[in-house]
Amino acid sequence: MEIKSLLNILPILIISLSILILILIEAFHKKSEIFIYWITILTLIFTTFLSLITIQDQSLNFHDTIESGGITNLFYSLLLIISSLAVISSKNYLNRMQYHHGEYYILVMSAILGMMLMASSRDLMLTFLALELMSLSFYVLAGYHRKVLFNNEASVKYFLLGAFASGFLLYGIALVYGAAQSTNIIYITREFDSLLNKPLFTLGLILLLIGFSFKVASVPFHMWVPDVYEGSPTVVTALMSTSGKIAAFSALIISLYGSTASQINYETVSKIIALLATASMLLGSIVALTQTSLKRMLAYSSIAHAGYMMIGVAAANKIGMAGIIFYLAVYGFMNIGAFILISMLETSMEKRLTLDDLSGIYKTYPWFSAVMALFMFALSGIPPFGGFFGKYYVFISAVKADMTWLAVIGVISSVIAAYFYLRVVIYMYFRREGENQNLYATAAENFIITVCVLFVIQLGITPGVFLNIITRFLP
Amino acid sequence: MNIEIVAFAILATIGIASAILLVLQKNPVYSALLLILHFMALAGLYLLLNAQFIAVLQILVYAGAIMVLFVFVIMLLNLQNEQALVDNFNIRKIVSFILGVVLFLQFAVFFLVKAKNDIDIKKSPDSIDAGSIQNIGEALFTTYLIPFEIASFLLLVAIIGSIFLAKRKIE
Repeated sequence: MEIKSLLNILPILIISLSILILILIEAFHKKSEIFIYWITILTLIFTTFLSLITIQDQSLNFHDTIESGGITNLFYSLLLIISSLAVISSKNYLNRMQYHHGEYYILVMSAILGMMLMASSRDLMLTFLALELMSLSFYVLAGYHRKVLFNNEASVKYFLLGAFASGFLLYGIALVYGAAQSTNIIYITREFDSLLNKPLFTLGLILLLIGFSFKVASVPFHMWVPDVYEGSPTVVTALMSTSGKIAAFSALIISLYGSTASQINYETVSKIIALLATASMLLGSIVALTQTSLKRMLAYSSIAHAGYMMIGVAAANKIGMAGIIFYLAVYGFMNIGAFILISMLETSMEKRLTLDDLSGIYKTYPWFSAVMALFMFALSGIPPFGGFFGKYYVFISAVKADMTWLAVIGVISSVIAAYFYLRVVIYMYFRREGENQNLYATAAENFIITVCVLFVIQLGITPGVFLNIITRFLP
Repeated sequence: MNIEIVAFAILATIGIASAILLVLQKNPVYSALLLILHFMALAGLYLLLNAQFIAVLQILVYAGAIMVLFVFVIMLLNLQNEQALVDNFNIRKIVSFILGVVLFLQFAVFFLVKAKNDIDIKKSPDSIDAGSIQNIGEALFTTYLIPFEIASFLLLVAIIGSIFLAKRKIE
């Protein structure tokens, strides 16, 4: 039976094996970056196909610690597609910064391994280790260029606050274990009803929630986001803000999913999540109004988006869960597109791009500004694009769960947020042309942007197709 | 009075006292020595909980390996005497101190009053075996096989990351 289990978790095995192989290549081969780059991309694409092919056979492996098939594989393919977009764009960016090394891909691959394990884990011990694997790789990646002070600052801030949040998470797991006598998520979610009567379990759950909300960047654990997103290399930020968020939300959804069964007992936890969601949405949208740095603005927008997704967790019904996954997919594509566009304008890692760097850029680069405007419209949730339906499904779930006020706050904060997204468009089209605007576009970047645009439009025009796939795999 | 409770009281007092003294020391070397004492007290507490393996690990890894690292860092960095904690108190630190105390009291009240019945204080007779090396090894290689393997990946990434960030020259 063990051979069957090994085959079931093949995507994870392939990624782990490729990390080991990449380390050996990096150690014994000089000038191996390009070689490693191609191996990484091929592995990611192959694994994506593999997890899509095996999406039908759902099973639990290795004493119920790890799940394969179904919703897990859906998360795998989402994570792998979005991460591979970030990886493809890395080569040119890092070459331009004259800091292209094989270790980058090894660390990215280990982060991806951690994220995939977070989505597939059905045991809190494994969830914790996977989260640490992801975070540890991100700490190093945030400080990737060690001679750039911004990177050092980002890395240290992320590390200190991340270690602090891990402490909360681990303490929460310990308390949950104390109350439930088990770390198995399937067992815990099945017994959710009776366990919620124990105060110890509720406290453990709240501490778990604190740990996860740090990773998804929601208020009040958002302090690290602007500095880390701004300070890290832009390709790393693109990866962190999309795949990292998907992974953290997948773990959160999986560990709270049993709560859908028991609306009455869940109320305390639900109220706390609703509060977090409200604070994140409003703070993210309002503080972003005052930002002039592009990456900082997107960081606050990422906090606001975490708030919208939290609505689905608070509502805790099936449409909410499906809505979050849909939202995560759209958010991943539009955010990675926006960050890659910003990275194409950057000349050095020390430079912080501001809105002024975009002024009047449509004259020199009409395509660039058109695509950027598209991503901004999508992020603010204007109908023809996918961002609208992401918000729509999440708000619907709040209304269905008798939390209409939450949906109203969501709509209000979307209106506030529209101001700073559209301001980018105004700068690009209606301002006098700036100086020294250089765009470093190659085939790789054009390819990524095209993929992102296609997905954002596709998810906006036929949202039902993807939503049906999600609901079919939700238990 | 139970002998276990007496042992617990002594170990807990040593643990808390050494932790407080550790923070209040001016000389970092004294702090390091007090940290060893704190680890020893913790190891004793683990023994009382029938977790022999964890107790041994606590001494080996923390009091042994980690402490050597601490002492090395203190030696290499040539740290001056720290400013005493009381000297640089400002309003921020006072507020955060008060908030910390409030959080601690909340937890204490929670565990002693609200969650009193959730924590099973009585030890089951087979808990003596649960902490043994044999049982831990068995759990690691059956139920927790995947987490065990992933822990090795975690260590690998830690090694790669630290070498990558600290290497003198990168070709």
